[in-house]
Amino acid sequence: MKIQNWLKGLVLATAISVPAWSAPPSFAATPDDILVVANRIDDIISLDPQEMFEFAGTDYANNVYDSLVSFDPKDLSKGYEPSLAESWTISEDGKTFTFTIREGVKFHSGNDLTAHDAEFSLRRAVGLNKTPSFILTQFGFTPDNMESTIKATDDRTLVVVTDKKYAPSFVLNCFTSAISYIVDSKEVKSHEKDGDWGNEWLRTNSAGSGAYSLVSWKPNESYTLNANPDYWRAKPAMKRVIVRHIQESATQRLLLEKGDVDVARNLSPEDIAGISGNSDLAVDEDLRGRIMYISMNQKDPILSKPQVIEALKYLVDYKGMEGAFLKGQWKVHQAFLPLTYMGELKDQPFSFDVEKAKGLLSEAGYPDGFDVEIIVRDAQERVEIAQSLQNTFAQAGINVSLIQGTGKQILGKYRARDFQIYLGAWGPDYPDPHTNADTFASNPDNADEAQHLGKLAWRNAWAIPELTAMTEAAVQETDNAKRAQMYVDIQKEHQKVSPFAEMFQKNEQTGRRANVSGFVTGSAVTAVYYWTVTK
Amino acid sequence: MNNAAGTATQKRREGSSPLLKRLRGLTTVLLSIIATLVGLLFITFLIGRVMPIDPVLAIVGERASKEVYDAAYLSLGLDKPLIVQFGVFLQQVFTGDFGISRLTARPVSDDIIRVFPATLELASVATVFGVLFGVPMGVIAAVHQGKWQDQLIRLFGLFGYSMPIFWLGLMGLLIFYGILGWVGGPGRLDVFYDDLVPVITGMILVDSLIAGEIDIFWNAVSHIILPASLLGYYSLAYISRMTRSFMLEQLTQEYIITARVKGLSEHAVIWRHALGNVMIPLITVIALSYANLLEGSVLTEVIFAWPGLGQYLTTALLSADMNAVMGGTVVVGLIFIGLNLFSDFLYKVVDPRAR
Repeated sequence: MKIQNWLKGLVLATAISVPAWSAPPSFAATPDDILVVANRIDDIISLDPQEMFEFAGTDYANNVYDSLVSFDPKDLSKGYEPSLAESWTISEDGKTFTFTIREGVKFHSGNDLTAHDAEFSLRRAVGLNKTPSFILTQFGFTPDNMESTIKATDDRTLVVVTDKKYAPSFVLNCFTSAISYIVDSKEVKSHEKDGDWGNEWLRTNSAGSGAYSLVSWKPNESYTLNANPDYWRAKPAMKRVIVRHIQESATQRLLLEKGDVDVARNLSPEDIAGISGNSDLAVDEDLRGRIMYISMNQKDPILSKPQVIEALKYLVDYKGMEGAFLKGQWKVHQAFLPLTYMGELKDQPFSFDVEKAKGLLSEAGYPDGFDVEIIVRDAQERVEIAQSLQNTFAQAGINVSLIQGTGKQILGKYRARDFQIYLGAWGPDYPDPHTNADTFASNPDNADEAQHLGKLAWRNAWAIPELTAMTEAAVQETDNAKRAQMYVDIQKEHQKVSPFAEMFQKNEQTGRRANVSGFVTGSAVTAVYYWTVTK
Repeated sequence: MNNAAGTATQKRREGSSPLLKRLRGLTTVLLSIIATLVGLLFITFLIGRVMPIDPVLAIVGERASKEVYDAAYLSLGLDKPLIVQFGVFLQQVFTGDFGISRLTARPVSDDIIRVFPATLELASVATVFGVLFGVPMGVIAAVHQGKWQDQLIRLFGLFGYSMPIFWLGLMGLLIFYGILGWVGGPGRLDVFYDDLVPVITGMILVDSLIAGEIDIFWNAVSHIILPASLLGYYSLAYISRMTRSFMLEQLTQEYIITARVKGLSEHAVIWRHALGNVMIPLITVIALSYANLLEGSVLTEVIFAWPGLGQYLTTALLSADMNAVMGGTVVVGLIFIGLNLFSDFLYKVVDPRAR
């Protein structure tokens, strides 16, 4: 009896407490002037633009900082255009760039933005020597010469001198990337410690002039931005932007459907399909810069045979994968430059053809195939691609063992040239064709000791003096049309002979509330813009 | 003389022995805590160093040149012998400095202070839920051994124990948040309430009450109730099974028969006498279950976007952020040691024989 009474009490208590749980007020939708974004932001290691090199970090910086040269978010295909530099001239020898800085721009701190800030920021990039510094130091800037090669001659004039003549488009494209963002020199200098260029402070704070200023950053949790009402381009419609780290696609979808977030950036193909019939929601597609590829280590006696390399390119079921599990997240693409880049190549010479592959393998002396290992990061879509390759390679007698590991494990093997076939993705470092040409089609020294770790051609032990020379010539060509054609030629040759089988280009699918418009994810060339968003 | 001297010594011994005994006991406890911690740190350190993950790459990224890579390698002190690295690390730990997290660019101690309260809050509410429901269910199951009540409770517990939390969490979100709208969504608060309450304890439920922000308190309740119920469901299943088995053992004891013969009510026999004697082993079970939850439940934290210790430690581990891993390990180790000591203390409160 007593226990029954107690049970009754328990049921009653539960009944009373359920409405209490549901009592709190909840917003049906986000306010009209606040943008809430669900995104994976756990790759943000630093908020310092001269240090960051990750996607989520660049998204942040693209809204908090400005550069001398940038893109028009409303038409990214136009290429670079004036930004904080309202104009520039280039000397006859092609080495001296003189920028005129826009007047009247202020930092969030209220300080005026001058050529001295630009000088400080570019020198800072060189002096800090963090991972992305090479984007600028490839023009010959060093800590020793930067005082003469990067110089503000007055408040509005910045003179930059490169070590040799480069294609102007190459230099200016590099000046659009995050490493070249202009920081508030007075603010940053005031937080300098032991000659660290204010890096320790700027890793968790902001000192920009962009459309938004940083309110708070909680690592792996969220960051919040407030609009800069005096932004020189336009007054942002969204007064506040909150980006929340939501790891799971299903969770992002639920939040989007409920209206608790306006944009969900990491929806899986299943969740994209799930929301497609919902009239309150919309899906945007945007081709990004990442290229998914496999590459064959040329130290391997079997994989270095040209017929084997070609055979493997015919053993990839490009269309099958695109139509099956990749479901719109990756599009078939068989060249190393992403579509939308200068010199893009749309040719797709390879298709899944087992008979052709078998013929090539016989020519190479492997009519019954061989055993091989593919190393791959334990990310779902990569493992699925690897499994597809395992299946299609087997049809020509090639027995594949999949070696899975964390990103760092697999990368360690790749960089140490300790693998047979690598499956992975590569994203461009800056919006110029040289970025990928330099890594996929250039290898000035193939020796182990050369340690050209940033070059994929070196990682695959692929010696290519001719292609290296072609790449070097293209980066110096001043005529843009000629330059574009040179990259087309390099890619055609690369498609034919390289140990790389480029398979797909990333297609980003973003879920958003139907009332949100102007959310630009940046295509292959840049990052997200929040100031263009309206509701 | 001899006799007198002997008596004096004996008296002195008798007089000082309880104090000495206590001191000795305290020293033993302290030494065992230090030994456990150092052992724990050494094993974690060793695992961290032999793991096939390159901590330098985690910092400099895939594109780093050899010069940038080498500079980071040296700055981490990885060129020094292992034992020297461990020595330096121990020295830092005992001065409360876990170094800077490579992933968040902040001191690890600051990170832990930020993420641990989220886990503590979740685990505490979950444990309250588990104990409030688990103990009575265990008692009922034992009293009705083999009957439908017992079977029903067993089934209920088994379901909680065997369902993957990933699935259960998503279903819970879909039903209670997505369809019914009874609870808040993922995260600790609606985004609009973020940063509105001054951080005192880091536990939003507590901080919002201190600040007198009742709306925010209710919002936090609506967010915590689902993940806490799910985690609580897991500990409930465990606690109820253990309570049942402890109770069954007690209910066959002679003192229970005596109590019944004396005419005590069934309620008093079960809830006061039998349950009272079950409390000691039960406290250990509850403490262990609580400690497990305090380590952080990674999957629950991921699904519910709950920025707690579990997620922090896992991300750190997968990225070879060894400072963060070590810091987290020390905290988890201290939790286990602390809860063990606390349950020892509770034994003495509950059972005079243990004093």
